[in-house]
Order: sequence, then C-alpha cells, then structure tokens
Amino acid sequence: MKTVGKDRPPLLTIRDLRIEGKSTNGWTRLVDGVDLDLARGEVLGLIGESGAGKSTLGLAAMGFTRDGCRITSGSIGFDGIDLARCGEHVRRDFRGKRIAYVAQSAAASFNPAHKLIDQHCEAPVVKKVMPRAKAEAEAVELYRKMRLPQPEGIGFRYPHQVSGGQLQRAMTAMAMACKPDLIIFDEPTTALDVTTQIEVLASIRDIVEQFGTAAIYISHDLAVVAQMADRIMVLKNGRTVETAETRTMLSAPQEEYTKSLWAVRSLERPRQERGTGARPVMSLKNVDAGYGAAKVLEDVSFDIHCGQTVAVVGESGSGKSTAARVISGILKPSRGEVLFEGRKLPADYLSRSREDLRHVQMIYQMPDTALNPRQSIRDIIGRPVEFYLGLKGREKEQRIRALLEQIELDPAIYMDRRPTELSGGQKQRIGIARALAAEPKFIICDEVTSALDQLVAAGILALLARVQKERDLALMFITHDLATVKAVADEVVVMQHGRVVETGAVETVFANPAHAYTTHLLQSVPEMDPDWLTRRTMSNRAVPA
Amino acid sequence: MGRIWILVGERLALGVITLLVVSALIFVGVELLPGDLAQEILGQSATPETVAAFRHELGLDQPAIQRYFHWLLGAVQGDFGTSLANNRPISELLSVRLGNTLFLAAFAATVSIPLALTLGILAALYRNSIFDRLCNVVALIWVSLPEFFVAYVLILFLAVRVALFPSLSNIDPGMPFGELVYRSFLPALTLVLVVMAHMMRMTRAAIINVLASPYIEMARLKGMSRLRVILYHALPNALAPIINVVALNLAYLVVGVVVVEVVFVYPGLGQLFVDAVTHRDVMVVQSVGLLFAAAYILLNLIADVLSIVTNPRLMGERR
Repeated sequence: MKTVGKDRPPLLTIRDLRIEGKSTNGWTRLVDGVDLDLARGEVLGLIGESGAGKSTLGLAAMGFTRDGCRITSGSIGFDGIDLARCGEHVRRDFRGKRIAYVAQSAAASFNPAHKLIDQHCEAPVVKKVMPRAKAEAEAVELYRKMRLPQPEGIGFRYPHQVSGGQLQRAMTAMAMACKPDLIIFDEPTTALDVTTQIEVLASIRDIVEQFGTAAIYISHDLAVVAQMADRIMVLKNGRTVETAETRTMLSAPQEEYTKSLWAVRSLERPRQERGTGARPVMSLKNVDAGYGAAKVLEDVSFDIHCGQTVAVVGESGSGKSTAARVISGILKPSRGEVLFEGRKLPADYLSRSREDLRHVQMIYQMPDTALNPRQSIRDIIGRPVEFYLGLKGREKEQRIRALLEQIELDPAIYMDRRPTELSGGQKQRIGIARALAAEPKFIICDEVTSALDQLVAAGILALLARVQKERDLALMFITHDLATVKAVADEVVVMQHGRVVETGAVETVFANPAHAYTTHLLQSVPEMDPDWLTRRTMSNRAVPA
Repeated sequence: MGRIWILVGERLALGVITLLVVSALIFVGVELLPGDLAQEILGQSATPETVAAFRHELGLDQPAIQRYFHWLLGAVQGDFGTSLANNRPISELLSVRLGNTLFLAAFAATVSIPLALTLGILAALYRNSIFDRLCNVVALIWVSLPEFFVAYVLILFLAVRVALFPSLSNIDPGMPFGELVYRSFLPALTLVLVVMAHMMRMTRAAIINVLASPYIEMARLKGMSRLRVILYHALPNALAPIINVVALNLAYLVVGVVVVEVVFVYPGLGQLFVDAVTHRDVMVVQSVGLLFAAAYILLNLIADVLSIVTNPRLMGERR
C-alpha cells in the first residue's frame, strides 16, 4: 500500500459530469453529476453494481463515450485540458499515449488476427513515441516485469495461444507501452479464477507502483478494490454515494448503501444436521468421463443428501460442470455409475423414465441464454408443469401462479411477459421456478449467481435456501466463488484436474483444509483487509507453490 | 503447415467425387432432352431408316450407360471426343472458347473486385452517411435489373447513342491486347455492374459486424484513427466472408456469363454452350457443363483454403 500524499499534483479533475445513453424511450442518465479528483500516481477504486455507471465514468476519463452515449454537461480536466470540449484529434492523441485502458476480457479485447507484440507496439509506433525496435525491446522488458513466462517469445504468439490470465497481464503491459500518466482498469480480473486472479492483481499492483502511474480501478468486488486502491468511490445509479480513503471506507462506511454492500459478504448459513445413515438422494460412484480422448473426470465419487446443499468448487477446467452433465445424463461416463436414491440411473437421459428426469432439474449460469426469448413466462414455466405433472387448463394456471408467488414475482404482472422484459435477477428467478415446476428432489445449480450483482445474488441465494427448506430439496451447487460456498453449503467437494481432492463439511474443510490445493484455493480468495495481497504474495514468494 | 495440405487434398478428392456426380447428372439431363442430333441434322422429312443409320454412325444407338463411360473415360484423359455437329475435336473447340471466357472474367474481376472492396470499406467507414446510402442504392439498382437489360441499356447509351464501344464483341485471340480490351469493354462493364453489389455489400456487412467486437473498442481506446481501425483491426477479421463472396462471384463470372455472351455475341464458353444445346450437340454440352462445374468447385476450394490461411486461429499450431 502506498502512502497517500495530499501534496501530489492533480492529474484528473472531473466536475459535475453528466452522460446520457440512448434507450428505447429517449435518453437515460448513466452518469448524473459526478465529481472526481485524481492526483498523479494515485489509485482510485470505483465500485458499484452493474448499471451504476462505473465503466461509463471510467471511459469518460479518457474522453470516450460508447456509441449511443453523449456527454451532456460537465468537464473532464486532464492535465489542464478539458477532454469534454477539446477536439477529437486531441483526445485521440491522448488515448494510448497518456491515458491507457485495460479491458475486462483480455481474450475478447486482443485482436485475434495479430500477434501480441504487434498490438503492443502499435500505439508507440503509430504515435511516434518510439521506433519499432525500441518498442519491442521495452515490450519484452514489460512482459518480464509482469512475470509472464518466456518474455522474449510470448509476444510472438497470437492471443488464442495464450491463457486468460497471461493475456490480462499482456494487456496491462500493453497499456504501459507509452508510459501513460493514467490507466483505466475496467474489471481486469473478473473473468479469472481466484488462483489466477491473485497473480494478476499482484503484478498489476507492482507495475503501477513501479512507474508511479495513476489509475482508476473499476470492480464490483470490494475485496479486490481494497487491495489495489488508495481511495474508494462508491457509485449507484450514476451518482457518487461516498468517497473515502480505503481503510476508512472499509472500517467505517457512512452510507446505508455502502453498508449493505459490505453486509452481503458476511452471509452465513445456519448449520444443518444431516440425518446419519440416511440414503443419499444422489450419488456419483467412481465416475470417469471425458470428451473424445480428453479425460475430464477421473474416479469422481460424492453423495448428496436430502435437504442438503453440496458445493462443488474448483477452477475452470476442473470438471465441475462435467460432473453435472454426467448426473443429468447429457454425457455418458466411461466408467462408474450415477445412483438416485440408491438406484442406478441409465447413463443416457434418453433411456431414463420421465419420473427419473423429473427429479433431476437444473438451473443455469446465464439466465439470458437459458430462457427462450420468444416464449412468455407462462409458457416457460407451464411447459414442465404440463410435461412432468400432466396438469392442464385451470390446474396448470394455478400451479404457475403458485410458482411465481413462491419466487416472489407477482403473477398478475409477470405471467405474460417475455424474458427480455425482466432484469437479470428476475430472469434467474424464472429459471428457479422452471426447475421447481417439476417438483424435483434434486437440483443442480451451475454458477447460478456468478452473472449477478452481489445484492441480487444474495436475494437469489436466500430464495434458494427458503425453497430448499420448504421442500427438503437436495442441491448441488457448482461455483468458483468460495464466499458463496460459505453462505449456502453444508458440504463441499473440492475438485482439481478432474479429481476430487477433498470433501467434507464446509466448516471443517475451510478451517482445516487437508489438501494443499484446498489451502491454495482458500488463500487465493481476496479478503477485505487491504494488506491481504501484500501478505499473500510475500508468503507465496517465501514458499513457492 | 502440414494440416493445410491435408485439407487441400481432402477437398480436391471431394471435388473429384462431386465432379463425377455432376457428370452423371449432366449426362442424364442431356439424355432427357427431346430429339437428338440425328433428328436435328436430317430434319423432319427424313425416313426412320436414314435416321437409324445416321444414329448408328454417330454411335447414338449404343446404350446410355456405355456411352456415358466411354465419354467419361475420354474426358479423364483430356479427350472430350469430337463435336457431333462439325466433327472437330471438342478439346480444341473448348480451349479457344475457355480462353476467351477467362479473359472476359479476368477483365471484369480486375475492375470489380478492387472497386467493390474499396467501396465496401469506405461505406463501412462512413456508414449511414450519404455516401454509404448512395453506394447501397446504386449497387442495389444494378443488381436488381436482369443482366440482359443492363447489357441493352449499355449498348443503347455507349454504342448506339454515343458510339464509344462496339456492341458486338467479336474477338479473336490473335488481336493486340488493347483491341481485346476495347472490344470486350461492354460485356465486361455489364458483368462488373452485376457482380459489384454483392461483393460491396458483403464487405460492408462483414466489417460492420466485426466493428461491434471488444477489440475494436480497444483499438479506438488506443487512439487509433478510424481508417486504421477499419483496415488493420476490422478487415483481417472480416476476410473469411469477403473471400467467399468474391469466390462465388468469380465463379459466376466464369459460369454465369451465358446471357451476357449471347447478347454481345462474345465467342466464349457460354455462347458455345447455347449453340450446342440448340444443335443437340450433346458431347459439347456435356463437356462445357463439366468445365463449368470444375471451375465452380475449384474456386470454392481456393476460397476455403484462403479463409483458413488468413485466420491465425485456424492456421497456428495448437498450444
């Protein structure tokens, strides 16, 4: 953590900035009268839910608005020049040279048609900051500073040949190419696994400190921002809620809204006693499975009991979702079996009885793509009601109403709407209702909250907990977010490279992890303590993993 | 690099199989035509005996299957047989005509492809501007008109009203190049107008489609100019659809010129094809059909290979 000096000269001064975006019914305010000050070398964290205007504000600091947006009033003073009023050529000249941008998904933001180093050298060469040879030499140096493997060679790869975490570091290196005064980081680690995130965070922080670059760090994850920022600014609906030094903000948030954001993190699940000796609802026994020659699951076994939530955790590629596909019968295992209430289920869902299908339901990660946009809510929920329970006419109607009430959406309002007219959280609720419509005994929840904002996610988790209690449901909860595990699960299954490395009650595993990978995973979860990253990286370097 | 040759090999093999199927279809199609050459030459008044004797002389009395394989075997060796109508070897006939058709296609392509790509890129760069709309409207008008109509309009204005170019494109391979260009100008212009719109609009659409990608926003945030964003960042990623539409239009320039060649009496394959059909000269019809099919398959193969070669994701070695 840098010491925050009040005496540093100002770099960016935003005053009463208003930005509007075109929507179906006219213009809507995205940023509504925000003031922002940033000194040279200072890192400001911007936090808020989606739609709070974080990205819009971050881009505005570069004098940039997305297509269909406009700056209606206010000023963006960057080093004495008002970016809101100067000519486009001035802004363009600043971008890439004096203000750089690091995007959320490096995989999508690197041009697939060009090698990394060509993209790295583009800004310095086109803007005549330095000749190509020098830019290349500096690129290698920056790659080394970002701790990328093979810094001399990695630049000559195409983006698709480099992993996500490495791309994110290469993008930070690219932002540094012209030694800018300011870098905008727009959720740079959101798409990464926790174990990758920690490395990327550490290398970003080091390089920003080393070059004394000022930065605006945008994230929805408080714990991450706490590691990176000197000051934090909370945004809601395009307005500033509050701004304070990081430590002050963490220890004593002033506004109710900020407190509510903080509170989500401390959601805890009341402990549940599992009836000993009871037969599990769903079991995997020594399952191997794979896609073609690639083996994804090896000897995977775990049980899920009635009324219990089992969280399956691990980084992407660890086989979590593949296990779910085996259970639902979409993927046939090459060895082992799936037991439902002690009875072996056919490997292929096509050979399962309707009754078996009814008891295994699924809720998906992306409610946007999991719901047919051309169907009304009535059709979406009505279909399983009719298919599994054989209800028709009035009975079916009543059932749909009851389900909508259960997920806390008013049937009178929502019954005939289409998914596109709903918010992300509402769509996920419909996803839950659709699963519940079959009256199953077991539901697979595949990353159901990872596409949602914290407050919305908390609502979904609370809803799931309630219906689970009412119906004594068994839930398999696939997630990469360990905070969610703490909040919802009784038991946890830790997976790595397609194997189960550890299982047990959540408190036990979290308190005394038996496997090195579990420890590594747990230690990679950012904590609200601003010194966490420093401590973590120190100990990681002392004891190499 | 090895993978691309395997792919080319696979596609070539598939192409040969397709050609075989096409050859059979052509043969059957021609068989279904009412009347035959003997009837056509001898006229209505000939006695059945004379017709039969003439058929025997031409070999038309043999079973269809036998004639098909005989023809196919010859075609594989480069011998397409002799024209039934004038007894000249078909391969000789074809080579001159093919040369003429390829000349016309090349002429039209060298004008239309660069022009279409440039206009498409400019339209994407200034999209929704007056320029963009004008390009679209004009291109759409030309592509909506039947090509013979376009041809007659051009003849009316450029050959009749103002005698700039000849309305009959009577060319001969021995002519100097300038003369060839001058004489085939009107048919080439007709073809240009007909194929331009498709390529231009596809270029524009492919680029605009790519412009929504995050890496385009990134390029803009790196402070790159609009032209550089389009040429360096968008175009390489829009190449695959553009290459395919260009290949399709090239194929059309070779295969689809029948009408234009007839209007301008241009001595190309299309003209030959039409004449052969009228004369029931089945051997020529079959050979030209086969040649058209081969050109079509080959151009599409080239397009596929180019789309792969220009895409590093498909070309590069896997990690």
